[in-house]
Amino acid sequence: MSDPLLSIRNLSIDYVGATSDFHAVKNVSFDIARGEFFGLAGESGCGKSTIAFAISRLHRPPAIIRKGSQIVLDGRDVLTLDDAELRQLRWREVAMVFQSAMNSLNPVLTIEDQFHDVLKTHTGMSRSAARARAAELLALVDIAADRLSAYPHQLSGGMRQRVVIAMCLALNPKLLIMDEPTTALDVVVQREILERIHKLRQELGFAVLFITHDLALMVQVSDRIGIMLEGELVEVNDAQAIYRSPQHDYTRKLWASMPRLGGERAGEGAAS
Amino acid sequence: MSETPILALEGVSKTFHRGGSAVHAARAVSFALHPGRTLALVGESGSGKTTAARLIMREYRPDSGQLLFRGAAVEAAGDLRAYRSAVQMVFQDPFSSLNPVHTIRQHLERPLRLHQPNLGAAERKAAAAEVLARVQLDPALILPKYPHELSGGQRQRISIARALAVNPEVIVADEPTSMLDVSVRLGILNLLNDMKRQMRLAVLYITHDIATARYVAEEIMVMYAGQIVEWGETDRVLGNPQHPYTRLLLSAVPDPDRRFGDARPAELEQIETIRRQSALEQTEIREVAPGHFIRPMPV
Repeated sequence: MSDPLLSIRNLSIDYVGATSDFHAVKNVSFDIARGEFFGLAGESGCGKSTIAFAISRLHRPPAIIRKGSQIVLDGRDVLTLDDAELRQLRWREVAMVFQSAMNSLNPVLTIEDQFHDVLKTHTGMSRSAARARAAELLALVDIAADRLSAYPHQLSGGMRQRVVIAMCLALNPKLLIMDEPTTALDVVVQREILERIHKLRQELGFAVLFITHDLALMVQVSDRIGIMLEGELVEVNDAQAIYRSPQHDYTRKLWASMPRLGGERAGEGAAS
Repeated sequence: MSETPILALEGVSKTFHRGGSAVHAARAVSFALHPGRTLALVGESGSGKTTAARLIMREYRPDSGQLLFRGAAVEAAGDLRAYRSAVQMVFQDPFSSLNPVHTIRQHLERPLRLHQPNLGAAERKAAAAEVLARVQLDPALILPKYPHELSGGQRQRISIARALAVNPEVIVADEPTSMLDVSVRLGILNLLNDMKRQMRLAVLYITHDIATARYVAEEIMVMYAGQIVEWGETDRVLGNPQHPYTRLLLSAVPDPDRRFGDARPAELEQIETIRRQSALEQTEIREVAPGHFIRPMPV
């Protein structure tokens, strides 16, 4: 890939233990192009969230990124940045929607205060400018500006999730990382939110790293997909190719383990 | 179906009052569970699925309507122990539904102690081992373990074994796979299905995942705002969904063959309308095909 937005090379991350280390990520390399929707799939414990955290350097001990690893975002090696440079990187270059994002809002601050927090810290924006920008961002995710004065508990789970996404877009990041962003939501709400992301990405041009265990959903929204198994990236390909002709045994197994509307039923064929 | 169901709800309603507002968690809910069959109850969170489970488990008493067990009304003060031994539950969260300080053996022997008090210690242990083998776990290996030593899938097998230990006739499984990894979900669903066949269990499978409902259930009900809006044989309902809310749910199910950005199903353009209208009370029931019913959405 020429001039990728994100280039990960030989990334190895260990969780250091008293007696032995757990190798969470083993020598993983992949690229994400500008504006690309990249899906990373795998079971819990396969290392996909560990990679997501490492990209914005949010990993904490006992997680250690091993020597020789490289994470290059828009030409800069993320692993060599100091604290001040990291502050420039986060939100501005890369923003992250966490798995329990709907619970990542501060319950005692209004939505407006939380937008102001981000905008003031990173751009020194005034109160009134921040309010205007926040209203603009909420409009992107279909939330009326009068909700700015609401507290998180006054919004539904789906709305809170959309607020977090709007906040992540505040500084026009080039990469939006979404770690299981809709697992806690109902299918209809999930669909609404992902359609919104899909559209915003086309309008604003950011790339997405989308982490989920729902392969069907991933194929629906992603351009390319990587499949992880026990810390290793075992297959990377175009979404349609991964779906129609999976090469790795594990990918095939993942597909076979998902009941689908048009698929087999209990007691039919080999599944039972 | 002509034979008497093991368990049935007849016109059951339950309303919760919160401050000045009322939440209709169940509105004239009727359904029947038959031996050897699975009935799926599908809906979003807040639709009343779990309230239906709690009404069956007699944790809530209906405001109106009744619960029938083998054709007879269940008395509010009736014999709870006999009922509980016939109607068992498998919970959603295999991490919190097992006691962390009890071994698996204790988990499995406790229901036996309660429901079959005349068993001797050796018989109890044998029964616990047998039920573990049924859920395809090695008794010698698993019996002495504590819950934290097991994976999520293994724990859910323990939950199922615990429910099976007292030879129930009805299993209520509330989202039994939603907290498990995709790769082990199918195993749990297949296990429930095998148990249903071998033990002629009547299963109520509660889920938000319409694809897994189709995988295991002969019959399906779609619930929204406390009302069952569409029900019937799974093939008929999913093959020819008639209620707009059912169609909305189906259109939102992730489908790798339908990329985002392709033409959107019409239902996704009318989400708010469908939600608002489907939440209105509807007493009319229409049979759209033999054995396939809807409560038409008020327009």
